[in-house]
This record gives sequence, C-alpha cells and structure tokens, in this order.
Amino acid sequence: MASPSTSYRLAVASRALAALAGGYLLTASMIGALALFLPMERAAAALTATMLSFAIYACSVLWAFAARSAWLAWAVIALPALALEALLWSRSLLVIP
Amino acid sequence: MAWLHAWAGWPAGWILYAVFISGTLSYFRPEISHWMRPELATAREHPDSVAMAMRILQERAPDSSRWVINLPNEREPTLRVGWMAATEPGKADRLIGRFDGVVLDPSTGKELQPRQTRGGDFFQRFHYELGLGQVWGRWLVGVCAMAMLIAILSGVIAHKQLFRNFFTFRPGKGQRSWLDAHHAVGVLALPYHLLITYTGLITMMFMYMPAAVETAYRYDPGGFLIEAFPNPPHAQATGRSARLTAIEPLLQQAERQWNGAAPATIVIEYPGDAGARVQMQRSAHGKLTHTGQFIIFDGVSGEMLSIWGEESGAMQAHGVLYGLHMARFSSASLRWMFALCGVLGTVMVATGLVLWSVKRMPQRAEGERAMLSQRVVEILNNGTITGLPIAVAVYFWANRLLPVTLAERPAWEVRCFFAAWALMYVAALLQNARTAWPRHFFAGALLFALLPLVNGLTTSAHLGITLMQGPAIYAGFDLSMLGIAALLAIAAWNTSRERPERKEAAGDTLPSGTPMLEERS
Repeated sequence: MASPSTSYRLAVASRALAALAGGYLLTASMIGALALFLPMERAAAALTATMLSFAIYACSVLWAFAARSAWLAWAVIALPALALEALLWSRSLLVIP
Repeated sequence: MAWLHAWAGWPAGWILYAVFISGTLSYFRPEISHWMRPELATAREHPDSVAMAMRILQERAPDSSRWVINLPNEREPTLRVGWMAATEPGKADRLIGRFDGVVLDPSTGKELQPRQTRGGDFFQRFHYELGLGQVWGRWLVGVCAMAMLIAILSGVIAHKQLFRNFFTFRPGKGQRSWLDAHHAVGVLALPYHLLITYTGLITMMFMYMPAAVETAYRYDPGGFLIEAFPNPPHAQATGRSARLTAIEPLLQQAERQWNGAAPATIVIEYPGDAGARVQMQRSAHGKLTHTGQFIIFDGVSGEMLSIWGEESGAMQAHGVLYGLHMARFSSASLRWMFALCGVLGTVMVATGLVLWSVKRMPQRAEGERAMLSQRVVEILNNGTITGLPIAVAVYFWANRLLPVTLAERPAWEVRCFFAAWALMYVAALLQNARTAWPRHFFAGALLFALLPLVNGLTTSAHLGITLMQGPAIYAGFDLSMLGIAALLAIAAWNTSRERPERKEAAGDTLPSGTPMLEERS
C-alpha cells in the first residue's frame, strides 16, 4: 500500500482542524446568536440553542470532510463563524448591562 | 464518508464500549442496587407505608427540621425514612446537623441493616465519568459521544445500500461476517443509537456547549439556572408550634393532580411548626420528562399551595430529551427493549473495533511475529472487549464474597472491578490473540453462570425459591446473569471457530488495502 503524499496528509489535517476547532467555533457563535435573537424568553432561547448545538456541530464536521476541497471546507465554516462573532461583539458594545 | 466513519468510530470505540456496557446496566440501577443489598431481600411493598413512616419520624425525630420519606415501589420495595438530626433538643436547624435515616421492610416495619455498597450507582457514575472524575471523565465521554454521533451519521451516508446490507449475513466468512454483523446490529438499532447518543450529549450539554447560556446571561451569571430550572422555595419556621396535618388526604390530592401517578418522595419541612410545608415529588414512572414535578401543601391546614414542574416549551423539550436518555418512565417490557438495544450497541462497537484492526493490519503468515502496533491494538481490543464483562461479574462476586464488616467495603468492590479489568490486559499480553479471545469469553461466561450459585450459597434467596415465591428482582437478576453467560459463551464458541473458517474462506476475504466500507456501494 503506497503511503499517501504529504499534500494529501496536510489536506486531511487541515480538514480535521476545520471540523473540530472550526466547527466548535461556528457552533458556539451560532448558538450564542440564537440565544440572543430567538423570539422567546431568554432562558427558553438559551436552552433551545444549546439543545441544537450538537446537530450544528455534527453538520459542520460532516461538511468539513464532504467539501470538494479543504479551502472550501474552511471558507464555509470560518466566514459565518467570524461574521457571527463580529455581530455578537458589536452587540456587546451597544448593550449596556 | 466511509473514511470518516472509520476514523471517528475507532479511537472512541474502546471508551464507547465501556459507556455502552455501563449504560445498559444502568437501566437496572434500582434492581442491581437491591440485589447487591441482600439484607433487603425480604422487603415487600405495603399500602400503609406512609403511616408507618410518620410513626417512626414522630418517635425518633420529633424536633427535626426536615423529614424525608422515600416510598417503596415495585423496583425498590423498601421504605426509606430520613431526618435532619436536631443539634440541640427542641431547636432544629436545617443547614446545620447531620442527616440520619433508617431502611424498613414496609410489610413488617422491621428495620433492615443493608451492607455498604455502591450497588448500581457505580455503573451509572462510571457510564459518564469512567472513574476519571468530574472534569476529565465527563469531557472524555462527551468527546467520544460526539465521535459516535459523527460515526452514526457518516455510517448512514457511507451505506447507500443501508437496507440491503442489513439483510445480508454471511456467517463463517471471517472478516465479512464481522462486517455483516456490524451492519446488522448497527442498522437494526439505528434509531436507538441516534436517540441515545444525542440525548446523552444533552444530559451534559451546559458543560460541553456553554456558549448560548454565557452569551445570553453575560451580565447575569447564575440567572440562567434560576430562570430555566426553578426550585420550589424552602419553608420558613415561625417558632410557633402547630399540629401537623394528616398526610393521607394530601396523598390522594396529589394523585388526583397527577392523573393517578403516585408520589415517590415526601419531604416535610418544620413539622410541628406553624410554618410547616409538605412537599410531594411525583414518581418517575410513567412520566416522560426528567424534570421533577412537585406539589407543595401547607403543613397545618393541608391546603395545596403551589404546583411545580408544569413548565412549557423549551424546558419541557429539554426534560423529555433528558428523560428519554434515563428511561425511568418505562414499563418493564419497554426497559428490556432499551436494554436489548444497549446490548446491540455494545456488539456494534465491539465488532466495529475488531473490524477496524483486522482490516488495517497487514495479513500475517502462519507463525510470523506480529508488529508492535498490531500487538498493542490486539491487546487493547481483547482486554477491553473481554475484560469489561469480566470486571462486571467480579464486581458482583466481590459484593457477595467480601466480608460484610470490611472497612471501606464499597471502595473495595470498585477496586475489585478495576483490578479485574486491568488484569485482563495482562492476560491478553501473555497469550496469543487467537487463543485469548475464546478463553477470555469463556472465563466471562463461567463467572456470570456461577453468579446465581454464589448468590444461592451466600444468601437465602436462590433461584429455586425466587422463581416460585419471589422476590422477582432476584429471579430476574439471576436469570439475566445466565443470559449474559450464554451471550459470552456464544462469543467464545464463535471466536474459537474463527481460525479454520478463515482458512477455508481465504479466497473470499478482501485484499488488504481495499477501502472497507465502500466495497459494495
């Protein structure tokens, strides 16, 4: 069995990182946003968002390995995550405790 | 996706195997706890339990600030009565002091002295902590559960011919048979696997995924628990004495409120004080949600003050998901269905582990020495798959054979469990893998098969009696042990036949390096 090339190994490692770390970050920012913006009481919204988290994470992981290229995998996970984080961050500046 | 299935499933497999076995046992936590305290074997349910409990509490703890009554039920037929001991006569404080209690046979009122053991609680704790503590154990199990969720989803995607695979079984063909078995048990209980993995993650979700709560409650830490999981308030003592109301009418009122469901626990705060409160908690039986349902009565007038646990929407959804994982609601037959699915899950993980290592290891010629990595995986597979059932049997043996007066008895039972498990890795190290499998499975079968005998010799509740006169929990436990013994004996027989069959089917096995799960898609 020929051992896989270095570039293949790097691509797999990159996808794995996108799945585990990127997916977790995307999940965290998504459920954070859901908890704030779901039209429910905040306890119910936080609960609902947290219950959905594992489905979001699982889909992110599947996507990371199903995407045509590692770059595409990263783009679809990282861009929404960064956008949501930026949204949450800017909101925390506006809302005075 | 086949690649993802194999690599998400395998590293978590050893842990998941332990999680599946202990989780399946945990469906019978009360029964196991009851069996492991044979001093309670004679206890029978009795309708007058509440009156009996109240008599004992009036006698033994009249000045207590808090009485707790755990009523007997089908699964735990003992009456447990506890009280907060008064620090000085006539002046009880809820927060200071120690909690005392007695265990009674509801049918005779006799006080029972059960032996010290963790009983079935050990398996439940092990199920989500693996004996590694609250942080490491729970995170490790959580990561593996997430891997399991990924393995299930990618496994479904990998199998475009899910149902054809399900109906294909080619016994006696070495690796193909393992693959077919893995497919069969995996698909047969697929809805269960998905449910139990997701709801398992739900039980610890605030630890694994804290982002939503942290974002919504950034400026109000601690507010979430109060809003999402409100607890009934505690009573306030007034210092004026007043006669406690009769409890029986309150019981009937509670049952009406819960559509006939009985209370499991009664807590009486400040009995004898004008501020007394009676709190009843509904039994888990027949209640899908895990969230506790309480009714609070005024302890003097008997008036119903408030009803708890009637929350709505997201809280109910969470309670139901949690409850589905615990399966406390189920009838005996449904519980056995859950347990059967748990066994199928255990077999799925075990066959998956064997498949992974068989497939990825280069074929070995007769007499050739194994590579180091191959040996390590073989030992880990064997020590885990055969060692854990043996450790469970040894835990039960230890419960019957360790001296009843032994100091730290519960800890010694657990030490026996882990020692037996560790020993099986050593045993796997010292033998050829092919002989180790049938031998270890056979040893496990023997240990389980002899348990009813050990029980019969060490207690007065052997199968000859319990099958005819009960207690049913004992008969059920002993028969289950024989069932597990039969399963392990089948495994021993199958693994001992493996070698010649392999040779015959040599032409039928796949060339090494073929992607295992994609062969037929």
